[in-house]
Amino acid sequence: MWREQLPALAIAVPLAAAPIAALLKAGRTAWALTTAASGVSFVIALLLAGAVSSHNELSYAVGSWPAPYGIELRITSFSALLLLIITGASSVALLAGGQSLDAEVTPVRRPFFYAAWLLALGGLAGIVASGDAFNIFVFMEVSSLATYILIAGGSDPRALTAVFKYLIMGTVGATFYLIGIGLIYMMTGTLNLIDMEARIADVADLKPILAAVGFVTIGLVLKAGVFPLHVWLPNTYAWSPHIVTAFIAACSTKVSLYVLLRFDFMVFQGSLADHHLQFSGFLMPLAVLAILVGSGVAIVEGNLKRLLAYSSVAQIGYVVLGASLMTATGLTAGIVHMFNHALAKGTMFLAVACLATRVPSLRLENLAGIGRLMPWSTAAFMLAALSLIGIPGTAGFIGKWYLISAALEEGALGLAVVAVIVISSLMAVAYVWRVAEIACFRAPPGPDTATREAPPQMLVVLWVAALANIWFGLLPGRPLSLSGEAAMTLLGQLQ
Amino acid sequence: MTGDVTILIAVALPLIGAAGIALAHASPNLRETVSIATAIGLTGVVWSLLPDVIAGARPAAELLTLMPGLAIQFRVEPLGALFAALASFLWIFNTIYSIGYMRANREKHQTRFYLLFAVALSATIGIAFSGNLITLFLFYEVLTLSTYPLVAHKGDAKTVASARVYVGLLLATSIGLLLPAIIWTYRTAGTLDFTPGGILDGKVDGLAAGLLLALYMFGTGKAALMPVHRWLPAAMVAPTPVSALLHAVAVVKAGVFVVTKVIVYIFGIDFLRAQASADWLLYAAGFTTVAASIVALRQGNLKRLLAYSTVAQLSYVTLAAALFRPVSEVGAALHIAAHGLGKITLFFVAGSIYTAAKKTEISQLDGIGRRMPWTLAAFSIGALAMIGLPPTAGFVSKWQILMGSLQADQHFAVLVIIASTALNSAYFLPILHRAWFRPESAAPPVDHGEAPLPIVIALTATALMTVAFFFLNQSALELAWQIFETVK
Repeated sequence: MWREQLPALAIAVPLAAAPIAALLKAGRTAWALTTAASGVSFVIALLLAGAVSSHNELSYAVGSWPAPYGIELRITSFSALLLLIITGASSVALLAGGQSLDAEVTPVRRPFFYAAWLLALGGLAGIVASGDAFNIFVFMEVSSLATYILIAGGSDPRALTAVFKYLIMGTVGATFYLIGIGLIYMMTGTLNLIDMEARIADVADLKPILAAVGFVTIGLVLKAGVFPLHVWLPNTYAWSPHIVTAFIAACSTKVSLYVLLRFDFMVFQGSLADHHLQFSGFLMPLAVLAILVGSGVAIVEGNLKRLLAYSSVAQIGYVVLGASLMTATGLTAGIVHMFNHALAKGTMFLAVACLATRVPSLRLENLAGIGRLMPWSTAAFMLAALSLIGIPGTAGFIGKWYLISAALEEGALGLAVVAVIVISSLMAVAYVWRVAEIACFRAPPGPDTATREAPPQMLVVLWVAALANIWFGLLPGRPLSLSGEAAMTLLGQLQ
Repeated sequence: MTGDVTILIAVALPLIGAAGIALAHASPNLRETVSIATAIGLTGVVWSLLPDVIAGARPAAELLTLMPGLAIQFRVEPLGALFAALASFLWIFNTIYSIGYMRANREKHQTRFYLLFAVALSATIGIAFSGNLITLFLFYEVLTLSTYPLVAHKGDAKTVASARVYVGLLLATSIGLLLPAIIWTYRTAGTLDFTPGGILDGKVDGLAAGLLLALYMFGTGKAALMPVHRWLPAAMVAPTPVSALLHAVAVVKAGVFVVTKVIVYIFGIDFLRAQASADWLLYAAGFTTVAASIVALRQGNLKRLLAYSTVAQLSYVTLAAALFRPVSEVGAALHIAAHGLGKITLFFVAGSIYTAAKKTEISQLDGIGRRMPWTLAAFSIGALAMIGLPPTAGFVSKWQILMGSLQADQHFAVLVIIASTALNSAYFLPILHRAWFRPESAAPPVDHGEAPLPIVIALTATALMTVAFFFLNQSALELAWQIFETVK
């Protein structure tokens, strides 16, 4: 039946559309095709999210070759949630961004740009759908290479140096990951993740496996932008075309976090003695530093997009912090925060794209009085910002609630964690309010003080995204239950 | 969506009004009509719930499920009913007053002003009717955020800086202390529902109980327990109707309401009375009352004096709640209402003087009573209510609180009440003397009389209510005693 083909279609649709997009002459048709393909992927992701549960993971044998010999696609609650984030972010960004991308990408490049977009989308979807360590690497490379093109696809020359840094560091990360799975393959003879989990127990404490754990973890931590390996991230976000930032900021680092959690919890955890202590002992301090340093830099940053990028560094810290608590509540917190942060930050970057139609530089001092010039864009930005802070009634609150709950389970250490969460929330208030005051209470710098908004299409999509922050703050239902199921699956090995 | 629809209407009505205000932005008269109609409608809806509550009913409604086991739900109990009745009723007069004030002072952004006012009222009703802590927290934050642009209304650098203190302190305390306290409660008690007798008995003990109480008390920044009171003087930069909203109708009242509600329905007074670690609250509240009164004594600016007077009066409520006796909790509930009536009158007066004479300092008020007799008569009544003298509302609640202190054998509380009465007299009576009996030191730059009519109507009405409450407090008292009907 066609329903059984959905895991494969989630990857195949964007990948198949990519070469067609490259062949289309007119940018508009390429955009339409890309948006349509992305929309179809989103529908597939919705269907998959409706079908999976912790008892019902969907396994798909590529070419009907059964695992572990053939390539397996495996949709768990966790990967279904990530698929939703990826395809949702891509669709929303594309729907909103037609005109914005027209302004930033030269006509000659457009078909290739959209082809790269589809490759990035297909690659990211492939990473989360795949149940095979080497295929994850292949899709990682597909999505990374395509993402480099997207970042450099605009007209800002500063994107070139940013993307070069990202390229070098991303390649190092991917190589580390490859070395890691190479070592594991050497020791176990398998690349299928579930098979690997079973076989690694036999060779658990041998040096190559321990080295592999280190390589895989560091490689993925680098790709996920976890402090202090985040240095590629701020400039990448800052100088990309705005719509690209909205897309990648919502999902790309989260996909690496997904692979990290999947490997560490499902492959390593069950077999390696004290792995959970090492995992949390290594990552918790980094998460705390990410949260504090990221928020701290955001408070003093002068460029709006870099400010939001440093905020992302902090938010990645939240996800890692939740996971490093090694409890069901903690993991649920981290995973649901992936979804909610994607929602909040994606919306904020979309709002930035709207603001940029009038203030291209996006330096804070140039945004003075923008609240009066572009009231709707600014209001949507502030709504998403409240979600980022974690005000109740917004999506961001849900993750924070679970994170504090998880920390309070931990006793004295937990109180310190609560303190970190609270302090960083207040830092978020500080950097959001800095923007709010400049936007709403300063006089516009230029003589042009008429209210003129971004194109209606952008505004409509922006507001749908902004209201989704409220919707999922009041009715977190499905994302929350998917996260809970994902946490239980990940923890299966510890219980 | 289940339960009594009236409650949901009460929360939604101000929001519908806000939409109407936005639509009517082109016509100020229509906009203000919508505003007053909404206020009257809200009062009607809220007051229609009162007879049932006095009779012992507890209407409830559930809106949606937030997280497993946690719902946005409402439950009207006596304390909340009293608070909502007060807030909705005072909103009518505040709107009448605003029309006079905002037009006479040619304030900008009046649509935004009325719109956010309505949103703030919706949040206030949500707080008052909330059936559990998570619902309360949600509306508490909405109230903070919706009042921020009101405080920052003028938009100049000084105002924005003060508004930053306002929102910063309130958000910081609520996210930093109140939210962890709520989550802690949920983890130990397994529920967040407001339950007569409390939900924490046997769940926390010893030092932890005192610590949790501290998280709640300081986390509720709106109750302005020292040292988290600083936002109140800072918020004085707001236009006077907003100050009235902050001090009498919604914001600080929401603060002490949360304090009382948490003590009665989350901890339970019997539980707290047995905890030695909860005793500190009485002393913290007593200290705040006396210290704020002393600071008020030294103020030269009328609105700042009133702000510190509010800090002191709020801690009166906290002090009453911290006696952990039924009669003192009733006193706390009544003082929320009594102080609301008196303080809204005083702020109306401050704004009236500013509008008519452009005067803000106490030293400028020599002989002003003869030019503005209605205004200063209202001021005198408000001042008497603050001191707690008959025949004003302040006496009624002070009586209950004093009874509570004697019943609890708390000489400290009695001393605080005596000291604050003396201090209140010391800073209010000289103003009265100045305004009524001293001759004008110099002729004012403009030869003024009373403020515009809507202002005078509003402040006279609230002054009359302050007096009326002294004689007609039976229903309120009956309502407040209902708090303990189910525990008796």
